[in-house]
Amino acid sequence: MIGKSVIFKPNRENLNLYIILGGAFFIIGLLDVILNSLLKANITSFLPLNLSFFTPIFFGLIGLHLIRIEFSGNKILDSINKNINSNWFNAFLTLLVIFILIKIIPGLLNWLFFDADFVGTAKEECSREGACWIFVYVWFERFIYGLYPNEEIWRINFVFLTLIISTILLAYSPDRLKKYFLIFLLISPFFLWKLILSGGNFGLEWVETNAWGGLSLTFIISIFALLFCFPIGTFLALGRRSSYPVIRYSCIGFIEFWRGVPLITVLFMASVMFPMFLPSGTFIDKLIRVIVAITLFESAYMAEVVRGGLQALPKGQYDAAKSLGMGYWRMNFLVIMPQAIKLVIPGIANTFLALVKDTPLILVVGLLELVGMIDMAKTNPKWLGFAAEGYVFAGFVFWIICYSMSRYSQKLERRFKTDR
Amino acid sequence: MKFRNLNFGLESNSKIKSYLPQGLTLFVIVFIIGFFAFNAQDNMANRGIEFGFGFWGQEASFDIQFSLIEYDGSHSYGRAYLVGLLNTILVSVVGIFFATILGVVVGISRLSPNYLISKFAEVYIEIFRNIPLLLQIFFWYFAALRALPLPKDAINFFDISYLTVKGWFIPRFIWSNFSIIFYSVVAASIASIIIYTYAKKQQEQTGKRIPAFWISSGLITLLPLLAFFIGGVTLDFEYPVLIQQTSTIFNFRGGIGIIPELIALALALSLYTATFIAECVRAGIMGVNRGQKEAAASIGLTPAQVLRLVVMPQALRIIIPPTTNQYLNLPKNSSLAAAIAYPDLVLVFAGTAMMQTGRAIEIVSITMLTYLTLSILISMFMNWYNKKIAIKEK
Repeated sequence: MIGKSVIFKPNRENLNLYIILGGAFFIIGLLDVILNSLLKANITSFLPLNLSFFTPIFFGLIGLHLIRIEFSGNKILDSINKNINSNWFNAFLTLLVIFILIKIIPGLLNWLFFDADFVGTAKEECSREGACWIFVYVWFERFIYGLYPNEEIWRINFVFLTLIISTILLAYSPDRLKKYFLIFLLISPFFLWKLILSGGNFGLEWVETNAWGGLSLTFIISIFALLFCFPIGTFLALGRRSSYPVIRYSCIGFIEFWRGVPLITVLFMASVMFPMFLPSGTFIDKLIRVIVAITLFESAYMAEVVRGGLQALPKGQYDAAKSLGMGYWRMNFLVIMPQAIKLVIPGIANTFLALVKDTPLILVVGLLELVGMIDMAKTNPKWLGFAAEGYVFAGFVFWIICYSMSRYSQKLERRFKTDR
Repeated sequence: MKFRNLNFGLESNSKIKSYLPQGLTLFVIVFIIGFFAFNAQDNMANRGIEFGFGFWGQEASFDIQFSLIEYDGSHSYGRAYLVGLLNTILVSVVGIFFATILGVVVGISRLSPNYLISKFAEVYIEIFRNIPLLLQIFFWYFAALRALPLPKDAINFFDISYLTVKGWFIPRFIWSNFSIIFYSVVAASIASIIIYTYAKKQQEQTGKRIPAFWISSGLITLLPLLAFFIGGVTLDFEYPVLIQQTSTIFNFRGGIGIIPELIALALALSLYTATFIAECVRAGIMGVNRGQKEAAASIGLTPAQVLRLVVMPQALRIIIPPTTNQYLNLPKNSSLAAAIAYPDLVLVFAGTAMMQTGRAIEIVSITMLTYLTLSILISMFMNWYNKKIAIKEK
């Protein structure tokens, strides 16, 4: 005999019975949602009003309540109860998450993969039931290389291969040689820009910076901005803590100005206002102006991050360095900076991430990197109506870049963590 | 003598040492500014334009799609600036409101003992934080909201509100004697603040607890209700109605139409900023010493009381400064509105107005100054709040 009180208070004596009963209730709830969302069949449609909408939650809650037995001795059941079913509220949240996933995931997978078209060369080959990846496939070269002439694309590949190979060499070369690779890596971008990307010498055709674009432009801008914004930010941070009032206040003014305005106005300034400030007749390439603007903008943020690290260091470090007879520069660059920067690795990584995520904005001044190219492709009369595919693709690419960067920074943080 | 000389020399030397770099910095700054100013004057003289803000009062003669105040082409550029500024403030306030709510919920969920919930929150944070905001705005505007139905077969919410590709149409409230309601709400708020202070004082002095929360929430609901029935206030709704404009084109009339640009922008801004706020909240709650929670539990507080009375006041001190940064970022990020043609300050003023007047220097400077002022105002408010909740050392 099972009394009323026993049903409402699950106990260990009838463990198996409760597991079977609870499991059954839970499965009924689950089945209701699955049938509802996948086969459009409503097994509880006989209920009055909108009750059938709530039946899965109701059945699920009863099921989860029946299996909520403390110290049951069954390891799996115990871990379920501990992690997702500790009380009514948690059981409700668990059910909500499970049901939302059942509602979303199949449709998403269908759109992304099962109903999608992957092979083909024309829009007509898309069934339009799912995503049309042919759009991305056809425009792939434009998304990566922008409007760079097709027969010259090897130049961009060459530049990035050179940089990647020298980075790998830097990572795996013996310590004795590391210095040279580092110097090469810091200097080579300028030569690669002038000699290979722009061309004009050695029989290479001249390519206007207007034609640069796509993902490669994102990388070009990021690389140059990263190269400069770190040293500038470091000097600004030191300047902000300087004991000389003129230097201190000019650094504060500079930092707060850039931090107070949106990047979009900075880009407007670089593209329409800055040419007015140059002697008439001089001309600076728009891409260079934009890179300088982004660099100054991000270096203000970098300065604040580095300052955070400087402030976190105990005063004893300064005193110790001074007592060894070190001057201002040697003290800062041999003792203070290495420790301060180690402290703020997450902040530096976040600034770099923000920089990469900010690059798509350059489309407001007419430079088209990945997002800008997608914007262009989707307004092409032959390819109207593929915005979603393009943005999902771009989102995926940026997500991979940013997520791997943030993971790498976490790794660095752990590696440099020393006990203090 | 020799010793004195040496000392004297050192002193003058250190003075030179401190003046030289400062003088040099000052010289470089003055030189750069002077160089730019000279060139700007030269360039403007060549093009025959004069520096000045005379355009401010001239007729703007362009229309703005969405405006909180009365505006049409016959108004001045100054008025257009105000329209843009108000639109920026509107989307920032909406964004901050939803980002804060979502951020706090997600941040707490991230620490939930429920494995599924905390994983769900983590996946949300990792996805939305690592995708550029501009891309998210584009996605919502060009891909998600464009997939909504035409007005003819709009998504219907109980016949009073309609979601279509042309925006979201909600009923408009039409009040008469609205000021009475307003005053009653103000009176109720002031009364409840007084009750709260009194209750706190009573509790500190005598230990007696007054249910201040119930009294004040009763006041805030009852007083306006009373005013509504006694003061002769009437409330009407103007519902959006589907109207056939031509044989094939339908649209909604009446009510309030929220344009899709605003929806996309507010959605993207709040979903993006919420991830950062969630991380701040998580860091803040985790930063509270474990012993504090255990001590609170051991004197018999319930879990909800532990969170409200012990954990949150301490966590807030860690949460506020980084969250301030997010609140500062959101209005600045809202300038991305220009990319989807939401008429904010940048689009209206630094876009259309600049194209028409050609006054790049004046307009870009005004725009930047406006954002600087907004940033300073927000950070002043947040600093005040931060000081208020900071530990008062005795």
